[in-house]
Amino acid sequence: MGCVGSTEPSMKFDIDRAYRLNDRVALRPEPFGALAYHYGNRRLNFLRAHDLVTVIESLAEHETVRSAFDAAGIAGPRRPAFEKALASLAESDFLVAT
Amino acid sequence: MSLTDDMKAGLQAPICLTWELTYACNLQCVHCLSSSGRRDPRELTTTEAEAVIDEIQRMQVFYVNIGGGEPTIRPDFWHLIDYCVDHDVGVKFSTNGSRIDPRVARELARSDYVDIQISIDGADAATNDHVRGEGSFATALTAMDHLADADFGEFKISVVMTRHNIGQLDQFADLAHRYGAQLRLTRFRPSGRGAATWHELHPSDQQQRDLYHWLLDRPDVLTGDSFFHLSALGEALPGLNLCGAGRVVCLVDPVGDVYACPFVLHDDFKAGNVRDEGGFERVWRNSELFAGLREPQSAGACASCGEFDACQGGCMAAKFFTGIPLDGPDPECVNGYGEELVAAAAGATRPLVGADHSRPSPVKFLGRR
Repeated sequence: MGCVGSTEPSMKFDIDRAYRLNDRVALRPEPFGALAYHYGNRRLNFLRAHDLVTVIESLAEHETVRSAFDAAGIAGPRRPAFEKALASLAESDFLVAT
Repeated sequence: MSLTDDMKAGLQAPICLTWELTYACNLQCVHCLSSSGRRDPRELTTTEAEAVIDEIQRMQVFYVNIGGGEPTIRPDFWHLIDYCVDHDVGVKFSTNGSRIDPRVARELARSDYVDIQISIDGADAATNDHVRGEGSFATALTAMDHLADADFGEFKISVVMTRHNIGQLDQFADLAHRYGAQLRLTRFRPSGRGAATWHELHPSDQQQRDLYHWLLDRPDVLTGDSFFHLSALGEALPGLNLCGAGRVVCLVDPVGDVYACPFVLHDDFKAGNVRDEGGFERVWRNSELFAGLREPQSAGACASCGEFDACQGGCMAAKFFTGIPLDGPDPECVNGYGEELVAAAAGATRPLVGADHSRPSPVKFLGRR
């Protein structure tokens, strides 16, 4: 089972760092984007935008989240919402800092 | 589109796939929603069951809820669990605990992908055994002891809410706390043998309100999102507040029949069989029944009710087996709109439960309470 909680201080999500999808997370394409499932903590996340899925899948190829956003054309008013979505995914261990 | 709208339109594969492995059971619970007891000779073979697992792995169904009957009775049960885990399909299985001995508990504790749910329906032997049979409370607690001794970690204690146990909510929470377990409370449906006992056992209106407030105060208690009809009382309960049948949920029964949800084992809700050409995937994606359930549904008799958006008309299975039209109110509608209809339907012919695998001896309550 393993405990979902962690005793480590939670690291704040940083758009200027590199992240990647946790190896224990699987993505399933859906008409609205994708379902993400974490085999470790058994949590499910609904990724409800196709370009959010694109960004997440491309994270490993970028030195920073900012660069992944730029490459996927996530700019202007959409960026804060994407940042928030990724921060929440990092918080729940779907994304890991590299 | 909201998330709810996305869910209503159906997904590429279920989120919550319940798979009942056998109709055989050593208990005869009076509310068994699959009327289990005796094994069906047509049950899926080991090879056929492996093929189902291969298929749901391809479809990326991330985990299955395995039940029965008592699933651990199948001689290949442990093999199938391992087969799931080896194929990226996480497992949560429901059991009455009778086969969880110290050795099994130790083996289970080694896997990260297997979750266990032990069923009890009372916080003491008298209340539990009234529904699940004599000795079943002691058996379940012994299994919990074995899991705790093996350091299994957080298992689940699953309780169906009845008129007799809703008053024991705090005791259930204490019991779960004592074992480091997670409490899961689900709704009593008039399905299977529950159709005959629902009138006696389903919670009263006041009990439903008590439960609603108790749950609102305890968002960490799991419910399988089964009490969404109570969201009409005010603030929505956490989780998916809609009927997921054929949209995000389905059931595969021991003989491979695919039903819209675990509570409607009836021909009217049978979408196909995993043995059919195209297998489970074709049934999930192309069956007429599921396509219909994914169409926008009429609010019917509830259209004029201000709470419809909150409760979505309630549970399809609860309506069906109490003789209420599917676009009518839930039999346990918190505004009381269902009661009259239940009373009106009581004398009429109600839909019969589908395949009944009860053992020949009639089910009896353990005396009056």
